[in-house]
Amino acid sequence: MNTGPLSSMTIASSKTYDAIVVGAGHNGLVNAAFLAKAGLDVLVVEKNDHIGGATVSRELHEGWKYSNCSYVCSLFRPEIYQALDLGRHGLEVVPIQGGVTFMQNGDYYGNYHHHEVRRREIARHSKRDADAAIRFDADLMKWCRLIRGMLLRTPPDPASLKPRDAMEFAFLLKKFYELSESQLYEFIRFFTMSIADYLQEYFEHDAILAHYSGGSIIGTGLGVYSPGTAYVLLHHAMGDVDGNVGNWGFARGGMGSVAKSIASAFQSYGGAIRTNAEVATINVSGGRATGVTLASGDVLDAKLVVSNLDAKRTFLRLMDEKDVSRALRRRAENFKIRGSSGKVNIALDGLPTFSALPKGSPLTLGHMHFSDSLERLERAYDDWKDARWSADPYTDTLIPTQFDPTMSPPGKHMMTVFVQYCPLEPEGGWTDEKRDAFGKTVIDQISDYSPDFKNMIAHAEIRTPRELEAEVGLTEGNIFQGELTLDQLLFNRPFPGYAQYRGPVKDMYMCSSSNHPGGGVMGAPGANAAREILRDLKRDDTTPEDFGDD
Amino acid sequence: MTKRRAVVIGGGHNGLICGAYLAKAGFKVTVFEARDAVGGAIARREFADGFFAPGLAHTTHVFQGVVDDLAIVTTASAEAAETIALDREGAHLTLTDNDVEGAGLPEADRTAYRDFVSEYASYADALTPLLTNAPPRLKNFDRRDGVTLAKIGWKLRFGLGGDPMREFLRVGGMNIYDILNEKFADERLKAAIALDAVMGHHMAPRTPATVLTYLQRRFARQKGVAVSVAALQDAAVRVGVEIRTNAKIDRVIVEDGKARGVVLASGETCDADIVASNADAKSTFLRLVGARALDGLFVHRISKTRTNGDVAKIHLALSAAPPFNGLSPDRLNARMVIAPTQQYVEHAFNASKYGAFTERPVLEIMTPSAIDTGYAPSGAHVLSVNAAYAPCALKGGWENDREAFLEAVLNVLDEYAPGLKRLVQSHEILTPVDIEAEYHMSGGHWHHGEMAIDQSFMMRPVHGAAQYQTPIEGLYLCGAAAHPGGDVTGLPGRNAAKRVIDTH
Repeated sequence: MNTGPLSSMTIASSKTYDAIVVGAGHNGLVNAAFLAKAGLDVLVVEKNDHIGGATVSRELHEGWKYSNCSYVCSLFRPEIYQALDLGRHGLEVVPIQGGVTFMQNGDYYGNYHHHEVRRREIARHSKRDADAAIRFDADLMKWCRLIRGMLLRTPPDPASLKPRDAMEFAFLLKKFYELSESQLYEFIRFFTMSIADYLQEYFEHDAILAHYSGGSIIGTGLGVYSPGTAYVLLHHAMGDVDGNVGNWGFARGGMGSVAKSIASAFQSYGGAIRTNAEVATINVSGGRATGVTLASGDVLDAKLVVSNLDAKRTFLRLMDEKDVSRALRRRAENFKIRGSSGKVNIALDGLPTFSALPKGSPLTLGHMHFSDSLERLERAYDDWKDARWSADPYTDTLIPTQFDPTMSPPGKHMMTVFVQYCPLEPEGGWTDEKRDAFGKTVIDQISDYSPDFKNMIAHAEIRTPRELEAEVGLTEGNIFQGELTLDQLLFNRPFPGYAQYRGPVKDMYMCSSSNHPGGGVMGAPGANAAREILRDLKRDDTTPEDFGDD
Repeated sequence: MTKRRAVVIGGGHNGLICGAYLAKAGFKVTVFEARDAVGGAIARREFADGFFAPGLAHTTHVFQGVVDDLAIVTTASAEAAETIALDREGAHLTLTDNDVEGAGLPEADRTAYRDFVSEYASYADALTPLLTNAPPRLKNFDRRDGVTLAKIGWKLRFGLGGDPMREFLRVGGMNIYDILNEKFADERLKAAIALDAVMGHHMAPRTPATVLTYLQRRFARQKGVAVSVAALQDAAVRVGVEIRTNAKIDRVIVEDGKARGVVLASGETCDADIVASNADAKSTFLRLVGARALDGLFVHRISKTRTNGDVAKIHLALSAAPPFNGLSPDRLNARMVIAPTQQYVEHAFNASKYGAFTERPVLEIMTPSAIDTGYAPSGAHVLSVNAAYAPCALKGGWENDREAFLEAVLNVLDEYAPGLKRLVQSHEILTPVDIEAEYHMSGGHWHHGEMAIDQSFMMRPVHGAAQYQTPIEGLYLCGAAAHPGGDVTGLPGRNAAKRVIDTH
């Protein structure tokens, strides 16, 4: 039943590791791999019986593998892929093509991969928007390039007077000053505007607006009209597959392959992983982290401890109250980590057809959406604000088995449906009945556009924030381990003064997505934390520099 | 040497202040006002026989520095110093700038409130160099911008100090909803504070960056004083400003990219070296200047600025004092708000996103007749009410829905003051479209444009025209469309005049 590799049996002993990483999610593994590559003796401990955290593929229905948390891959840093030689360790990412937004009037917008065809398709709805799309794509690319250059760097502390911070600020300023003055203001606007306002400076057609804005709300407790959402779009647009910026891909074998390949790289450097080993506390003595105590009572000693858990879990659960100042506890309590998403994973007996599309249309190969206006998207958010799941949710639906036959029996298919919005707690709390009703809302929405879909369902796994938190350990089931709002980005992530991956006690570090640059299966927080650790240890830096502008 | 000539378009408070500064500096200044009296949004209006409203804006906070520079005469305590968060059953809260009290308020909240106001007062104070200067350009900046940037940086790092600066940079982009939930338990208290962050904006408590709008409102209150239109007018006339009312401007004369003067609706021409427009950006550039004299991209930016007003103004003539539950009549001189919970405010906002008005509006209420008997006949009273949310772009238009919204407002008022409806002798409702028509404010927007970050500071109203100068040489913006925006501070007028004097 265990799809992860290996639980290597390490017996608790008087051994002292160079480093212990808590949590075998992709960032923990990336962090551990770079430390091991530098020659440290590293142990990764994981509470589940499988590794991967939110990058997992699990067989929950016989013959089908679900990537039941994260489901597509694009943001993973190519620099890390190269530095850890993940291709050799079995990671292969297949680019996704196509995509469609179904409209309520029976029409659709097809997001064709081919530029010219896509342009004609937009023009079919609005000639103006077809022209605007060229402008929009070029502008978005500009911001992508700018932000991509900041992903593998440690954010400077704005209040610090240290030379290192000042130099990092100077570096960032220089980078920004490569923009023209008006581009500089346009960037600030992009950073602070709502996706709806931003897009309306380009587009006019409802379905086109809805198509472009979806990526801005995925995983976020904000609506399309909330300022700051334009930036979230970037988190879904700046990735690349095989050098094609903005492209998304499937990891062959499911997202579990991402974790598996990093684990394989880590082990090739001599690292060890221990599963079924939940950490109860990070041990601190004399103001230094000295190891961890497992829930089983075993004590593991280490010269340093890295937490891959989110900021709330790290500071409020793993660390003893006496080791965290009141002010810091309060910061952790106030850290915004909103449960706003759900997930439905469906085993299908065949490939569903969609009324709007001709049979065999290539558009079903990509992301499918059923929200065709900003108003519908925003109303879905209004429901969530009142602690209800969206009656008319925004979903990101994919059928990866069209590319990757390893995930279902021959001729059968697997569908992954990411659902925005789903509340942390509906009124009166979650029950299994409510969870099923939530799933039914999603399935009904898809059936409205695909008459044969319901009859093909062999099994469905429905996940609300409750399930996501219980299994993966993501607080509130938040996929980014903390909202990507201005107050929690860059030098504010996770909290002001703690944005450089160092914890409140010596020899304790953080490498999760609660840290800069945040979530999305990037691996960047893990690598950045490794760089800081190696710096403190005065070891050679094994982490990669970014490739620079490409 | 003949005096250089400046004309100011619009006799609102910013126009008068700008004109006064220019006259003091030696310009020959004429302020043209389309209506029959100056004062714009703060001019008193008679809405029913013998009943007066204080104006569209019923509070003023003119920056103390302006009052000093222009020797504007202020009357002591002309406005309410305290806010009463009304409760339907009479368990009201009273908020001042340093304390809060009321039935059922947890003691912890009271302590937290005192900490909160002093903390946020220091943040508002830290904004001073930014708000009282022309917003510095971020690239290609000159010496003045350099000085301002240095002042801002210094004030943040050393005025606030390391940790408060970090906290300030964190909360600056946050929504007020999360901050208030971090600090308080009492819903009445949270909603009353949140109201200050969102009133007049197309925003609700959960909208990101509403902490910033709150800080700007705080800054205005902290550093400003109440002034009357008469005092402003006196100050302007005293330094030689000529005021012409009933003088609507038809267009700005532009020759070779330079402003040469204005043409009045009557056809009369007035030449000038400097034209300062107190009108909003859309009116100024798209109507008074005209797109043909401007660059296409600039016109695109201006036309995309968001100016949809969300607040209706309602004036009620009452035959007796409004009978608010549990409120003694001697407390009617306070500012009162009806916003029981943050969720209530958020719900009221939801409707406006889709072009509908709310059935359960958020209200800010003043009783000017309780402060000054001149507003109503003896024994009678005036209620001046800001009601949100009522979007300018109402689906189907306002023509048939004015009374329906008024009814919604009266229904809410009547719940808090049973029997109030029966006291209403006459009324007036100004929806955003009415405000647009009567006050020549695009979209009927209080602040001449949303004060969202992307329309603030060096991007207000748009980048390329954010330092009061515009692409038309000699044409300046001096109203709320320019930095630092609305709230009746007079700062746009003052900053613009300084820029003119500096440049010419």
